[in-house]
Amino acid sequence: MSAFWSAWVTVITLAVILGCTWLLLATRKSETHKEATDQTLGHEFDGIAEYDNPLPRWWFQMFMATVIFGLAYLALYPGLGSFQGLLGWSSTGQWEEEMAHAEEQYKPVFAKYAAMSVEELQQPGNEAGLKMGQRMFANNCSLCHGSTGSGAYGFPDLTDNDWLYGGDAATIKATIANGRNGGMPPWGAVLGEEGVRDVSSYVLSLSGQEVDADSAANGKAQFQALCTACHGADATGMLALGAPNLTDNVWLYGGSFEKVAHSIRNGRNGVMPAHNTLLNEDKIHLITGYVYSLSNK
Amino acid sequence: MIKHETIEKNIGLMILLIILVISGGGLAEIVPLFFQSSTTKPIDGLRTYSALEFEGRDIYIREGCNVCHSQMIRPFRAETERYGHFSTANEHVWEHPFLWGSKRTGPDLARVGSRYSDDWHRAHLYNPRDVVPESKMPSYPWLFENKLTGSDTAKKLEVQRMLGVPFSDEAIAGAQEAVQGKYEIDALVAYLQSLGKLHNNYDKVR
Repeated sequence: MSAFWSAWVTVITLAVILGCTWLLLATRKSETHKEATDQTLGHEFDGIAEYDNPLPRWWFQMFMATVIFGLAYLALYPGLGSFQGLLGWSSTGQWEEEMAHAEEQYKPVFAKYAAMSVEELQQPGNEAGLKMGQRMFANNCSLCHGSTGSGAYGFPDLTDNDWLYGGDAATIKATIANGRNGGMPPWGAVLGEEGVRDVSSYVLSLSGQEVDADSAANGKAQFQALCTACHGADATGMLALGAPNLTDNVWLYGGSFEKVAHSIRNGRNGVMPAHNTLLNEDKIHLITGYVYSLSNK
Repeated sequence: MIKHETIEKNIGLMILLIILVISGGGLAEIVPLFFQSSTTKPIDGLRTYSALEFEGRDIYIREGCNVCHSQMIRPFRAETERYGHFSTANEHVWEHPFLWGSKRTGPDLARVGSRYSDDWHRAHLYNPRDVVPESKMPSYPWLFENKLTGSDTAKKLEVQRMLGVPFSDEAIAGAQEAVQGKYEIDALVAYLQSLGKLHNNYDKVR
């Protein structure tokens, strides 16, 4: 704050406080008579007259108390322009203190678990660490994956040991930290409606479902031509791309004929947001430990 | 010494004195903010909204999202742990009107951008209980039916520019084309994904 505005604020603030105090003292009737009397101001409206009495003492004293409180506050806390107050308090300073205090308190706890591998975290005796991971999972992950981690339509189940990108500790951690962007292009325009239904039949046949055999046979060639690049020649998926295994009857976007056809026709775009801008490494480590525990009991 | 009778019987003098006392607060607390660099200079690297995000912002206002969601993270650990770095005035220099809100029935949204996927936002706005079973947020299914025409988008950006937001000529010229035919949900999700992401000064990990 520039010197001018600092002076501006200081002068106006003090002038208003002192001005109000002066006005109160100047119009107070303490000099003429201190106690209440029967004397009136001399005017009368419809038989109602006004006593000429001083301000009640309790009211006057309360007013003076607020003035004293105000001045003391301005002396201790920032309020008068650039003057920081005798206590040196600031809202960001208080926040930094809070953060430092928490850091001191929790750092050793996090450090203890950060020194362990994700696999070690699963060992008996580290339940508290997994519990911490569970709490952070509830706060940060459960909105999409559910409070038990069992997923929802479009959001993977983390408890079934069926992984799009891999379920080893390092991969889970990378998924949480950097996020994932799983894109399947739309094939409706390429295949045509007939082709979409044929390929859908073939895809469903891969997991042993009953489908129209002719349609599935027609779809096979198209699947080999268009889909194997990501889903693999044997349709068991590709972890590097997050392309799902189509032979295991686990479906992210539903396994009915219509849902599968919809996925093929319009494509899918599943995004897992990166969390390394939201959570520090130690926290991601514990969440990884908890997620790992869900499918490795 | 003046008597209180004098003030009481001269209504003009009384009005003058009242204005004097009340304006003292405004002069000391509000006026200096118009001249502080911390409240008038945008934070480093702040970008303007895209036309689609800006239309989404108008839908956010129309649906009254700011009635239940604040966009103001206070400097308390409990808040910065959950929402990210506390909000600062220079992030909101180009907000007309600002949407800080004053009540949190739902969570703060100041830095909700990129926290959830577009798909999640769409599912959540269509019916919040599909993804958060205990949610009491209303559903907004009409956002998936109404399309934007963009007929007044350019005008809106021009008005914002008049208020000091540096929308470029290209942004205004292409505004209608950028939003025409898009669904309202597309605009709102784009806006939500931009919250806290218009600059990257506070991306540091906690």
